[in-house]
Amino acid sequence: MDKDINITLKVWRQKGPKEKGQFETYQLKNINQGTSFLEMLDILNEQLINEGKDPVVFDHDCREGICGMCSLYVNGHPHGPATGATTCQLYMRRFNDGETITIEPWRSAGFPVIRDLMVDRYAYDKIIQAGGFVSVNTGGVPDANAIAIPKADAEMAMDAAACIGCGACAAACKNGSAMLFVSAKVSQLALLPQGKIEAARRAKAMVAKMDELGFGNCTNTRACEMECPKNISVSNIARLNREFICAKLKD
Amino acid sequence: MWLLNSSIGKKLIMSISGLFLVLFLLFHLSMNVAAAFSGEAYNIICSLLGANWYAVAATLVLAAGVVIHFVYALILTLQNRKARGNDRYAINARPKGVEWASQNMLVLGIIIALFIVLHLSQFWYKMMFAELMGNHMVTLCDGVTSVSPQNGAAFINYYFHTSSLAALWTVLYIVWYVALWFHLTHGFWSAIQTIGWNNTIWMNRWICISKIVATVICGLFAIITIIFFLNGVGGDCVAACAGH
Repeated sequence: MDKDINITLKVWRQKGPKEKGQFETYQLKNINQGTSFLEMLDILNEQLINEGKDPVVFDHDCREGICGMCSLYVNGHPHGPATGATTCQLYMRRFNDGETITIEPWRSAGFPVIRDLMVDRYAYDKIIQAGGFVSVNTGGVPDANAIAIPKADAEMAMDAAACIGCGACAAACKNGSAMLFVSAKVSQLALLPQGKIEAARRAKAMVAKMDELGFGNCTNTRACEMECPKNISVSNIARLNREFICAKLKD
Repeated sequence: MWLLNSSIGKKLIMSISGLFLVLFLLFHLSMNVAAAFSGEAYNIICSLLGANWYAVAATLVLAAGVVIHFVYALILTLQNRKARGNDRYAINARPKGVEWASQNMLVLGIIIALFIVLHLSQFWYKMMFAELMGNHMVTLCDGVTSVSPQNGAAFINYYFHTSSLAALWTVLYIVWYVALWFHLTHGFWSAIQTIGWNNTIWMNRWICISKIVATVICGLFAIITIIFFLNGVGGDCVAACAGH
């Protein structure tokens, strides 16, 4: 049964990218455990606005776990204590009465803080722009069954395509590495016949952009995989390594 | 050059040099196994290697492997710290499924490297290096015992059995093997993953193989070291040492 609980929030407040941030503590009373985590933050913001204070800035959009906008490092975990779920899919029943919840932004050089809990994840978009696509001619839509794809490959590609690019992988990584994201985006296309044609160019371009943007080198700690809200496997990283090394050896 | 410039290339250098060092560990282990059974057999290997050109060449290749592995560990770690940024999380929780060793590879590597310095000063410096310097007899740390630099069995006997510090060396070497064990349990499968020879099925197999490789290497080294401490070099060690 969901109860009403009283909680203490320790929230990172930072006025701007160059400003020094610090934690602020807030008390919230009678939060129903059926409330989602982001609704709880909405309640906090309403309370802050009524008190004449600045509301806490945080990213959110679809609130159903598919857009990749919500972030938040909750109690030492990206997207909070739930596994295989984004922050917006997190509910207050995960927390107990009287608990202190610490909320931080992603902290990685690749994701500078814009304000409070909102970070700049444009770096991931730049990596996608470098090669995360297939080039097609416009015209009539081909029949979906014209190209046969083994079921297992289709499944693996779909699993990789589940990546929503939220940045939890780099945020969880002690090396600030974006390898899980890049490997998922390379794998989802490399596994399919339509994507194979540009696979070598794609792997090289996306890794080059990732390195250029200053993301770290993967040391296979698997923290990304364990914290990924979409359960993307690090076997994708092995595939990326394979694609990249083979592509470079063929040059 | 992609091998030197790209992140995956640099990791590949770490991976290949690491696997090369694993091969060397297996070779060194087989020598120690011989010593556990027979000091004479061990000394035959010692004289076979000695300061012969091929042993010196192999030592240089090995040293290059160690230096490359070490230098790239530093380069990659420094880059990673920069990529991580200066802001630290107030609360850090190690996620379930993340090995402790995987997050402490540099520290483990430094511990291992320090012990390598000790080990080389005890053995290599007085064996191959002494021979290269043209010394046909070397004095052990007690300042009294004088042995041929090719009499490896006498060195082992001295450090692990007869020396007054034998217990200390034995314990220190076992600490070394423990650090090495942790380093290898992550390092081996991580090297394979970096090359790209991995998928969802092989992931757990490689991790299992990693633990087996680490346990066989470090376990046998430890058992043999303890045998040296208790009994000295293999059955005929007394004869081998008496006849230095």
